[in-house]
Amino acid sequence: MPQTRKKKKTEPKEEIKPVEEVKTEMQPKCVESQETDKKTVLRITPESARFKYELKKVPGAERLMLCFQCGTCTADCPISRYNESYRPRKILRMAQLGMKDQVLKSDTIWLCAACYTCVDHCPQDVEISSVLRALRNMAVKEGTMPLVFKELASAILQTGYAYKIPDMRIKKREETALPPLPKGNIPDIEKLFKVTGFTKVLETSRGGSS
Amino acid sequence: MAEKKEEKKSNKYVLFLGCAIPYREGAYEISARKVLTGLGLELVEMPEFNCCGLPIDPVSHEAMLALAARNLCMAEQKGANIIALCPGCAGTLRKVNKTLKEDKKVREEVNHFLKEINLEFKGTIEVKHIMQTLAEDVGFDKLKAAVKKPLKNLCVVEHSGCHVLRPIKYIGFDDPENPQILKNLIRATGAKVVDYKNETQCCGAPIIGINQDIPMNLTGEKLSNMKEAGAQAVITVCPFCHMMFDTNQPRIERVVNKKFELPALHYTQLLGLAMGLSPEELALKELRVDASKILTLINP
Repeated sequence: MPQTRKKKKTEPKEEIKPVEEVKTEMQPKCVESQETDKKTVLRITPESARFKYELKKVPGAERLMLCFQCGTCTADCPISRYNESYRPRKILRMAQLGMKDQVLKSDTIWLCAACYTCVDHCPQDVEISSVLRALRNMAVKEGTMPLVFKELASAILQTGYAYKIPDMRIKKREETALPPLPKGNIPDIEKLFKVTGFTKVLETSRGGSS
Repeated sequence: MAEKKEEKKSNKYVLFLGCAIPYREGAYEISARKVLTGLGLELVEMPEFNCCGLPIDPVSHEAMLALAARNLCMAEQKGANIIALCPGCAGTLRKVNKTLKEDKKVREEVNHFLKEINLEFKGTIEVKHIMQTLAEDVGFDKLKAAVKKPLKNLCVVEHSGCHVLRPIKYIGFDDPENPQILKNLIRATGAKVVDYKNETQCCGAPIIGINQDIPMNLTGEKLSNMKEAGAQAVITVCPFCHMMFDTNQPRIERVVNKKFELPALHYTQLLGLAMGLSPEELALKELRVDASKILTLINP
């Protein structure tokens, strides 16, 4: 590497791009904007301008606009180390810019492992993983729910547990003299899912993507 | 003297199992029950139960709040503090408990949900992860006194996991950048703890339902660093981290093309061994990665 480095008077390697231009490598399916030569021209609509305020209302996402793009979250993110498209800094910027569709339809928002390293390290005290959670909650309301969450929700509705405990395991408990597993109260869970609006969300996403 | 103090403090706890432990980490529950009762804690059973809520937080924050609050109410009715074995459950219940106690607006919203099932959050109990209970409620002196067979020949590494440490604002009983409590708990058993590279890195387990590649590589890197440090075993306190280190270890070996054969023990199994319990009582056989090497080190 060092031998290839030439002492030229430097022209900046990467041009600083105007805010309107954002590369699209992370979200191929953008709806609101036009794609030209791998670049997206952002069209600022009243709706996109409002998006950040909508997001800020969600508990945990209040400090979204305080993000000044230092990139600490991405630098310290374990997922970003092993995935080229997951960049929390970028997701936050897109959210600030109102790129609602691009963010909510992006697969990468589902990659946060909620390890909270970014939350503890953010110099601006932005709860990054809570912003991600808020974005996911919104994406789900728009009809995008990864299959795994449908399975978890349906197991909770049927048993109270997020996984269906196999009979073999329950039998084994008796053999090892463990107390019986507590029962899930299904009617209560149904009522709670309904009053929180989650039942409706599950119904809308039924036909949705996996 | 110490005993007088103990009498004042309530010794009754509700054991919160969560979903992952009865589903695939039975050995954690078996060993935890043995160890906790061996240390003189009284465990009452959760009469009814539902998932802590964390698994569905990504899709409905409100439903998560409602499920977590319901569990808290059940424990309030029992009048006992919660010990959660899973850091995911502990973190969620702890965070929701704190929020509901301090934030009137959220509390009102959640109590409105709970009204549907004739419950009300009162805020009368505490939630701790077992690691915190052992360090704070039982205490290191009592723990050391319970150790009958110090594990002197053993050299291990720890992996506390994320949710038992972060976010510091809600959990905050150990330093997430340089966690010491699990290390001290291990030292109490007589075993030696060594440091390794990138100790506090996440194992990646939470996203395994979305992407398998990232968690496999993250844990693979951790296992390599642990082996490099000379560990004979890794000690965990989380059913998800344990799944990555133990159940998935053979798969990870294939992904990163390295052999580790590093036993992964639940901390409660390690403590149980030091307390003189037998490997059978602690369900060591349920581990995927053979731990018999450990036993020969302990009983030379």
